[in-house]
Amino acid sequence: MTQSAKIPVRVSHIEPLNASLRRITLEPADGRLFPASAAGAHIQLELIGEARIWRNAYSLVSPPGSRTAYTIIVRKVPQGRGGSLFLHERLAVGQTLNMSPPVNLFPIARLARKHLMLAAGIGVTPFLAYRTDLAETPFELHLRCRATDQAAFETLLANWPQYHIHTTPDLHVSDLLRRQPLGTHLYLCGPAGFMQSAETAARALGWPEARIHQEHFGGPAGGHPFTAILARSGRTIHVAQDQTLLEAIEAANIDAPSLCRGGACGECRLTLLAGSPDHRDHFLTESEHATSIMPCVSRSHSETITIDI
Amino acid sequence: MFNPDESFRPSFSYKNSDQAILRFPFPFPQDKYMYLVNLEPHVKGGPTAAYDATFDVDEHYIAECADRALTLIADPKRCQVLPHMMAAQWDTLELIMESFAADYPEHFTLIREGDAWTWINRPLNIEQHFTFGDPATLPYAPFEYITRQAQGDFTIHDQRDNDLWMDGGMVTAQADWSLDFDLGMSFMEWHGPVPKAHELGVFDRALKFLLRLQVDAPVRRVNWTMTVNPRLDTSPEAYPVWGPDRTTITAENVAEKLHLRVELQTLFRLPRSNGILFGIRCYLISLADLARVEKWRKRLHRVLRDLDPAVIEYKGLTRTRPAALLYLAQFDDGAPIPPGTAPDQTALL
Repeated sequence: MTQSAKIPVRVSHIEPLNASLRRITLEPADGRLFPASAAGAHIQLELIGEARIWRNAYSLVSPPGSRTAYTIIVRKVPQGRGGSLFLHERLAVGQTLNMSPPVNLFPIARLARKHLMLAAGIGVTPFLAYRTDLAETPFELHLRCRATDQAAFETLLANWPQYHIHTTPDLHVSDLLRRQPLGTHLYLCGPAGFMQSAETAARALGWPEARIHQEHFGGPAGGHPFTAILARSGRTIHVAQDQTLLEAIEAANIDAPSLCRGGACGECRLTLLAGSPDHRDHFLTESEHATSIMPCVSRSHSETITIDI
Repeated sequence: MFNPDESFRPSFSYKNSDQAILRFPFPFPQDKYMYLVNLEPHVKGGPTAAYDATFDVDEHYIAECADRALTLIADPKRCQVLPHMMAAQWDTLELIMESFAADYPEHFTLIREGDAWTWINRPLNIEQHFTFGDPATLPYAPFEYITRQAQGDFTIHDQRDNDLWMDGGMVTAQADWSLDFDLGMSFMEWHGPVPKAHELGVFDRALKFLLRLQVDAPVRRVNWTMTVNPRLDTSPEAYPVWGPDRTTITAENVAEKLHLRVELQTLFRLPRSNGILFGIRCYLISLADLARVEKWRKRLHRVLRDLDPAVIEYKGLTRTRPAALLYLAQFDDGAPIPPGTAPDQTALL
């Protein structure tokens, strides 16, 4: 796949939204305009720490069409792999970073009769950019979040004509799905468990595949460390517990394509030659899992795994 | 630099300068032709100068825009866009205006003050003030507005359900296919009539690739056929006009009358709509002009001679190929020629 060139960006603004959320504004550092941002699009930021590099994906929350600045919202995850901590504790205004151009794996379905958006926590971010594109189509947004985040999210949603915030377990997804008119499209963004249960409920009610849209994020939690043999490069690398296989490949200076880094797009797919994989992607089929692996999220059950790169 | 008075209709005053011949995007890197997924990054620079810009503007620019306007008067359905494609329309306008202004500052200028844009097109003598995002401020819908000022056909494709849908287009210079017929079709549907390629798995692979096409990383390929007389409009709608041309080829007139028709096809991911813009830029060269490049005349002879019968039929070459082969055979000594499509000479024979 043809990869877009990286875009240099400068951090122009950092704004805390509450104790664990901060909004970061990025501007072009090369004097050019960004590609127009879009509802549902994300970018990848290259974060260069002292000991390692993170390449993390963040939804754009800027209004669609933005070309002079992009905005993202980042939650601090103390138990994460470190990228969010870097953005919360190390990032400063004026710093420059490399960014990949936006990719949209979660676009608005423009033929939908109605949009039903279900978000949990920071999963609300892609929907923030949806608002101006919803136009005349009816919509419903439900956000489940902790009480401590409610005020911050309400501020972010201040320009929405209507929305529903649930801080108690009163969001009954099946009931909600059951009363939607035909032609409604369902959009899900949040932690894996939240998305899975909503998707299962939709399928049980007979929602067609093409009407269910999901944006996965924060998938690659760590796991046991393991060793990867890269057959074509003739290299053997160590994958640490807080590192993804893709990150380990990149750390070994081997070119590997990637887009969403969340197991959804298929871009980083590699051929699996030996080992017992721990598949965590949302892209490959059962039968493809026998011969392929997506290193952005998947790991290894066996101590060693061999892949064709 | 432009030939504003040339015509792609009877009189057929269209002609290529020496420079235009040398920059022709000759399509055959090898002596044998078969379908394959010949997509490559659309970066500036290639075997000829036709690859130097995002959207190539050449000496035929003014005449091609005029020919398009005539075709649209006779048949407005050559430009159609489905209602859900408005974001893709603005994407297209933005991409073409920015590319033209960057690649040809002597001809085009784009001034942007927020949403207040000014577009200056010197060759066509246009100065347009408009509000980006407000279709009412342009004389045509944004896609039609800008593609009336560009060479080559364009289609815009919505991406949904893991497929691409031909949900809009400006098609007045086509090699015998119809936008009015294909509008709203999926990728496999509009490629349905192409022989051989389906069995080769070409379309499965191409679709998978295109679904992941990225912003700022366009790709290109070339396609080809042959056309009698330098006509841009060889559409099914106008078949009664141009179809009979195929019966007029003789050994005496084949060199002047028969043209190799090459499409430099480009594909862009559109950022606002997440759609894809497909540019189909048509180049025409007579066999007589093509024969002024030694490598090209030999190679075209070999490609036509050994062409698969299904491809001959599909490309509509059955009647014209024998005369073309007769003409080209005289130049071909059978000696090996280097691979690639560059002319490998700086002056014409």
